[in-house]
Amino acid sequence: MSGTSASTTTSRISSFVLLVVFITLALSLVALIFAAALVVGYFNVGNDLTGAYVLLALGILGIAISTYVLVETRRRLSKLKIAVPPVMTTVECRKCGVKNVREFQRGDYIFKETDPCQKCNDKMLITAIYREVKEKEKERFPF
Amino acid sequence: MNIILALMGAQTKLAQFGDTSITWILNILFYVIFIVFIFYGQRIQMYVMLREVEVSLYKLKFIKEEGRKIAVETIKEIGKPQADPTDKVDRFLEYFTIGPQNLDPAGVVWKLEHILDVRDTRFKDEVKSMAPASDEIQVNNLENTLEAASALNFIYKIIRHYYLLGKKTLSLYVIMQIQMILPLVMREAEAYASALKAFAYGQPIGDGAGALVAAKLMHGYETRKVAKDCVVATVPYEGRTAFVIKAEGPGGNVGKPGDAIKAVIEENEGKIATVIMIDAALKLEGEELGEVAEGVGAAIGGPGVDQYKIEDSLLKYHISINAVVIKEDIGDAVSPLRKEVFDSTDKVLERVKQVVVEKTKEGDKVIIAGIGNTIGIGQ
Repeated sequence: MSGTSASTTTSRISSFVLLVVFITLALSLVALIFAAALVVGYFNVGNDLTGAYVLLALGILGIAISTYVLVETRRRLSKLKIAVPPVMTTVECRKCGVKNVREFQRGDYIFKETDPCQKCNDKMLITAIYREVKEKEKERFPF
Repeated sequence: MNIILALMGAQTKLAQFGDTSITWILNILFYVIFIVFIFYGQRIQMYVMLREVEVSLYKLKFIKEEGRKIAVETIKEIGKPQADPTDKVDRFLEYFTIGPQNLDPAGVVWKLEHILDVRDTRFKDEVKSMAPASDEIQVNNLENTLEAASALNFIYKIIRHYYLLGKKTLSLYVIMQIQMILPLVMREAEAYASALKAFAYGQPIGDGAGALVAAKLMHGYETRKVAKDCVVATVPYEGRTAFVIKAEGPGGNVGKPGDAIKAVIEENEGKIATVIMIDAALKLEGEELGEVAEGVGAAIGGPGVDQYKIEDSLLKYHISINAVVIKEDIGDAVSPLRKEVFDSTDKVLERVKQVVVEKTKEGDKVIIAGIGNTIGIGQ
């Protein structure tokens, strides 16, 4: 009854995309290291800081883009599953009013007579089968 | 666009520091990107769209494969076949139905009905051969499971067709069309995916809300078969006689309510005060799930054969027709019954009783028909 999950995620990410992402990540890190070296140079010998600014910007941009692509790809893949919320069955005794709510079992149907009631020994009846979905907080519209 | 602006900003800033080689590189880079976007902007947009369709196609393929797997597993579990049913399932998923020729529309309803009957018989025979150990109820449920799997297969193939066609022709308009309707297609595919499990387990679905109301009305009264896969119960209410009709449950089928209503009208020689139809209706965005609405007309979906028959019978004897519907979206209609919809059936029951009291007088006969797939709903 539980939802089926996706198969291995890594096999579904294109190796080309992964290669590009990791190269960008590596280059961005290199750019950051160079930027740090230039800053050190500025303090030691008073170098121009323009190069450091540009490399810092490129490094941060590269890391941001590659992380975004990686996270987005994984997010999309994690959606690859058929979610099945639990379905509940309500069993009721029409005579004494005893009510049981349990998980759905194959063969259950509404108005099916089931096992005898533990209290009065009368046949119990399935009166409801439904699934409850917890709604996300609804967006409020003015209309 | 953000990259261009960032580069422009960086370039302006660098200009303040003098003509360094980095300034030149950024300058050239900016112009290159600008020119590339002028000539290849549309193509880049197209590749972005193609990528979006491709991602959805992966998802559709996964859902389709899951559907096939669930169908095969359920057949093995319930039907206990001696041989592996996978090949038969694959063949079933490719089945198609050709609609009747309508150049001359006279009699097209009967031709359509005949084709649908042949299809139904063929499907049932196939399921029986795939799952020899299954009973009548299980055959209906398995047929529904296979039909949902087949719908998923069809959706996947259509999207794949347009994706590949777009890639082959590099036509922006082919790709654009499919990309624009993709969110709706995905919603439908996800709805069928959740329907698969419901059918496989024989759980009631949202579409069965009408049948559930009828079941609640007829429970405890004697039922008899009235048309193919339909039952009727005679229920006395406030001095009136109500003929409550629904598809025969708990197996997954919709029956032939058109034939059932027609038969009951003919049995009573047209002396029916009113017909009340209860069905699930597609809700518009913004409407509440399980909202109950009342109106007139034959509340029934499907290919139109039953609606035609009902309207024809009503016209013959000038019988009024009322409808009560429960609002739900496509996802809720084919997936296991939501609690909100289940709770609404009690409200519908009250509305129906109210209509009977208001629109008829004591001694009258009324027909109350609960329309929809009766999977998981007895009587």
